[in-house]
Amino acid sequence: MSQKKPGKLIDENDVRLDGRKLNEMRPLKIEVGILGNADGSAYIEHGKNKILAAVYGPREIHPKHQALPDRAALRCRYHMAPFSVQERKSPAPSRRELELSKVIREALEPSIFTEYYPRTAIDLFIEVLQADGGTRCAGITAASLALADAGIPMRDLVSACAAGKVEGRLVLDLTDMEDKSGEADMPLAYMPNLNAVTLLQMDGMLTNEEFEQVVNMTLEGCKQINQLQKEALRAKYEAVKEAEIEKEEVEEEGEE
Amino acid sequence: MSSIMAAKVRQKRVAQLIAHGKRLDGREPTDYREIQIESGLIERAEGSARVRLGKTEVLVGIKIEAGEPFSDVPNEGVLTVNAELVPLASPTFEAGPPDENSVELARVVDRGIRESKAIVLEDLCVEPGKKVFIVFVDIYVLNHDGNLIDASALASLAALMNTKMFNYEVKEGEIKIKPGYKPLPMRNYPIAVTFAKINDKLIVDSWLEEEQVMDARLTMAAEKDGKICAIQKGGYGYFTAQQIFEASKIAQQKAVELRKLVVKE
Repeated sequence: MSQKKPGKLIDENDVRLDGRKLNEMRPLKIEVGILGNADGSAYIEHGKNKILAAVYGPREIHPKHQALPDRAALRCRYHMAPFSVQERKSPAPSRRELELSKVIREALEPSIFTEYYPRTAIDLFIEVLQADGGTRCAGITAASLALADAGIPMRDLVSACAAGKVEGRLVLDLTDMEDKSGEADMPLAYMPNLNAVTLLQMDGMLTNEEFEQVVNMTLEGCKQINQLQKEALRAKYEAVKEAEIEKEEVEEEGEE
Repeated sequence: MSSIMAAKVRQKRVAQLIAHGKRLDGREPTDYREIQIESGLIERAEGSARVRLGKTEVLVGIKIEAGEPFSDVPNEGVLTVNAELVPLASPTFEAGPPDENSVELARVVDRGIRESKAIVLEDLCVEPGKKVFIVFVDIYVLNHDGNLIDASALASLAALMNTKMFNYEVKEGEIKIKPGYKPLPMRNYPIAVTFAKINDKLIVDSWLEEEQVMDARLTMAAEKDGKICAIQKGGYGYFTAQQIFEASKIAQQKAVELRKLVVKE
């Protein structure tokens, strides 16, 4: 995880430092339902990003004055572990983490039928264990699965990824190094079945044409992630089903 | 209770009108309220400006102090943006440490100035890696009637352009202030344009009653050559890709109009 910047991030054949093409996503590994106490949970590895998301609720809200009369209050904490980055990060929440907690909450709330659970809290915790660019997007992808795993009724899964501009080229899914020395980074969260963009931010400079291309790139990326999310969710329930069948077989053998 | 009912009826009216492309105060969807900008109100500050956007009022003060640079950019000055939602500005603001709304406001304004490289930070270096100047942009919201982001971004730009950098010399590693001033070195002029989505329609410069009924909010900052230099979506709703592209085009047009109020060339 050396932070030294090499000469070029993209070579003459449009290949990036980690061997990816311009519009290629880093490899993803997603698991659903991996924490014992949480009502729903998910773990994502997105390139070198390693992130846990957990959901508690709908549950009684404390302090009570935060209760909403017509819907559940979604509360979100995005937090980075002190050891998740090169130089130790203080565990106290930074201004960046405060802002990200807010935009992540606003990215996920449109997907939840919060009106089904008035006066309750849905608490969402995102812990970044290792960071390498694009943690808010990977965090949203995992958090949406944790919400589904908790059995909370949802309109759609939320999928998120970023695209931007590095060394004059438009690229999908920037690493930390590409983000820091690049010209622009634009994270986006999307509900593919509703064609709804629920998070959009951008740092850097883009012309109108570049901006439209970058948006379209991220939308395609989100659709790929959406497929992987659905597979991860299905895998959990298939594992549960297999375990049940095995259990039944053991019981039947015992009866014989 | 009756006032709450009246407010609800008014909110419904605001939303219904916008569905027909009209607004309660008679503006077109892409019209701003009347804008007044006054610069240099605070003599103690290196720069200052007050922006009135309809009844929204924001004061920005600039202070410049010596400090240490960030280790990854040792030869550049430092930009720090902070926002205070002062309790006297709204019945909903409370005293205390910055909440997520004031942090977001400051960070969105910061993003526009930083990403467009508006301030020539290289010129604020005294001794690389050791001593640079820090530009503190402090946003003070004095009256909240909606669209704090655009008002704050405009006031910040006006205040930066009004900022006087003191002359100095370095003697034995110490900064000695000399008489006379020069303007803070600036190379770009970012303008933030914020949209509200109400009843699936986009409007700019929403006032408080419109903000209370909006589904979602989208801020786009454009720099002097028309490039987009910062974006932030807020609120619990969503935008379609088509609405985002529409917003970026309107933002670039409105930014040209608004910039003329601050930058006289």
